[in-house]
Amino acid sequence: MGFLEYAPAPESTSLVSFRNEYGLYIDGEWTAGGGTPFQSINPATEAVLATVAEADAADVDRAVAAARRAYEKVWSKTSGKDRGKYLFRIARLVQERARELAVAEVLDNGKPIKEARDVDVPLVAAWFFHYAGWADKLDYAGLGPNPRALGVAGQVIPWNFPLLMLAWKLAPALAAGNTVVLKPAETTPLTALLFVEILEQAGLPAGVVNIITGAGATGAALVAHPDVDKVAFTGSTAVGRGIARAIAGTEKRVTLELGGKAANIVFDDAPLDEAVNGIVNGIFFNQGQVCCAGSRLLVQESIHDEVVERLQRRLSTLRVGDPMDKNTDVGAINSKVQLERVTRMVEVGESEGASRWSAPCDLPENGFWFAPTIFTDVQASHRIAREEIFGPVLSVLTFRTPDEAVAKANNTPYGLSAGIWSDKGSRILELANRLRAGVIWANTFNRFDPASPFGGYRESGYGREGGRPGLTSYLQAAPAAVPAVQAAKPVTSRKGAAK
Amino acid sequence: MSRLTVPKTYKLYIGGAFPRSESGRVREVLGADGEFLANAAVASRKDARDAVVAARGGHAKWAGATAYNRGQVLYRIAEVLEGRRAQFVEEIRAQQGVSAAVAGAQVDEAIDRWVWYAGWTDKYSQVAGGANPVAGPFFNLSVPEPTGLVAVVAPQEDALLGLVSAIAPILVSGNSVVVLPSEAYPLSAISLAEVLATSDVPAGVVNILTGPVADVAPWLASHADVNALDLAGAGAYDWPAFEAAAADTLKRVVRPGGPGAVAPSLERILAFTEMKTVWHTQSLR
Repeated sequence: MGFLEYAPAPESTSLVSFRNEYGLYIDGEWTAGGGTPFQSINPATEAVLATVAEADAADVDRAVAAARRAYEKVWSKTSGKDRGKYLFRIARLVQERARELAVAEVLDNGKPIKEARDVDVPLVAAWFFHYAGWADKLDYAGLGPNPRALGVAGQVIPWNFPLLMLAWKLAPALAAGNTVVLKPAETTPLTALLFVEILEQAGLPAGVVNIITGAGATGAALVAHPDVDKVAFTGSTAVGRGIARAIAGTEKRVTLELGGKAANIVFDDAPLDEAVNGIVNGIFFNQGQVCCAGSRLLVQESIHDEVVERLQRRLSTLRVGDPMDKNTDVGAINSKVQLERVTRMVEVGESEGASRWSAPCDLPENGFWFAPTIFTDVQASHRIAREEIFGPVLSVLTFRTPDEAVAKANNTPYGLSAGIWSDKGSRILELANRLRAGVIWANTFNRFDPASPFGGYRESGYGREGGRPGLTSYLQAAPAAVPAVQAAKPVTSRKGAAK
Repeated sequence: MSRLTVPKTYKLYIGGAFPRSESGRVREVLGADGEFLANAAVASRKDARDAVVAARGGHAKWAGATAYNRGQVLYRIAEVLEGRRAQFVEEIRAQQGVSAAVAGAQVDEAIDRWVWYAGWTDKYSQVAGGANPVAGPFFNLSVPEPTGLVAVVAPQEDALLGLVSAIAPILVSGNSVVVLPSEAYPLSAISLAEVLATSDVPAGVVNILTGPVADVAPWLASHADVNALDLAGAGAYDWPAFEAAAADTLKRVVRPGGPGAVAPSLERILAFTEMKTVWHTQSLR
């Protein structure tokens, strides 16, 4: 073996046993779906993992009805203290079964085991633990005394962090006292279905959480269902627009976590070793299939060549391949469809005149793979600098002054995240003020925490997840909680109708 | 012998200036007793687009001001409005046909509302934001920032109070507004513009377009440089269509809330803010 070659160190898959078939989990029971069952495959091998039911409109109706019943008969009468205890139980069960969940996530999603094991699943437990503590403290959430739940939440989550997104959605919804119908993504439904065992071990009352599987049509039916009070969606900006349109004119509340095209800004005084690691983490974490990925590198002109050279050297040492191997840095692309999208965008980048460099690596024969790729000579007008690629592809642009960096970073309809690399504190603070993004990482990237609000400006969606803002997304003030000054009597009388 | 009065021409308020409508159109405003009061400008789509351009410029200045400064400017609006109290009372009486006492109470309430919101400029971010105890060596801070440019359909029931109650909380954090005031009672809005123009509110921060709401609101709802849509006073219009038009650019939409929708509240300030969270690495190398 040569330098930087390792013997395979595969994690055992024996901890996980999926069933051959999964139904819909409605009202505490597995039931058949009315749609056409579909298969979930391992994107690293294309092996079929399980067959999953598809929920049709009638199934969505049943699930929402179950959630409504559970809300009215059980969950709205369960004390905050007890809701919290259920969530604490779930957090502990996630920790106990952490390795099993991590392996299951790798099998269904294709991400490297070291990420599922060290990032996704620990954060899942942390999310439930954080919101468990809120359940009996809602009076302190900032909405006045006795805030109320919204009712039934319809939640649609993506395939890039299947179990983590489930936790982001379920934990605050349940803590606030809502019941839930959750639809995982069609390519990654299995950890959500496995999670049902945890809900049952925790003894969560039937109907409080219902999990239905299916693709876009199922999600659209859930979002549009008239008895859903709250919609929470994480996914593409295009689908987010459709949801915003679908709920227009209703009383539904909505939070949308959509796409991004984050600028990762590197100044010439940045600690370059850390910055290069941060850039790599920013765009190649989870194969770049991250809405807040640092997909636009804005590097100060004077250090462009050095940064690109260091990046290429670093990327040449990344191990791409079997996600189950503990040494693997970059795993499989989640689906054939996504691989085709990434491939097409890279072709567009080349045809528009940018210079492509891809890390030299052997890709497995089966499964969906894309080598870590960097584009230089990228213009702000190029599609690879404007559109979300959602893959392991970095576009490198340059700037000369902080003003130019800010202008280029903000030159996007998105506004989810941004990164700043500099050793100069005042510069970081000024940039952080001027960047139009919901999450900004200074001398770090892709950090997440249940106490830290996450969400975007502009077309990256609205609402926040995490922390107190993530909780209030599922709460409303009590009707009586009217500020004293608001009680002032109306001071107008009308003579003739105002048109 | 009675003196012949000098009536005012009521125009639009865009970018700190008082232009006529680009369309050249006006609409007759009659008093409650049917007498002619004025020809109010009828804003067009082009006026709306001009107002958005002005508001984008105004937002940069206003959001860049310190919270203390914004508080003083909002308080000054109250001062100047108080000085012109009699004018507003007369104008409201003429338009709405209410007694001097009722009109006076409306003006007083509007003045007090500016005072209440003036005090919030340097406090809302402390109440809503703060340091987050993340599990790692990071200083993590969340701060609410202004959403940007807000298009507003003001409450339609009265001439002044609904308008003030709608826009004051939006201005607190540094947003700029393009506002469609009461269609039936548009005159007080333009008189309020004279107050704003002499209260050190930077040009473009507040832009007022009189005329039929249904003509202009759809253009603002779909305009790509508008960040949020406040439908507080749009209940009687086809507001679901406005909300649907806003979906294409994922604007934040505040729906009509019925009576009390624009009552003073912190929630109304925060509805037009974006929470920004910054992670600063906190480790010695």
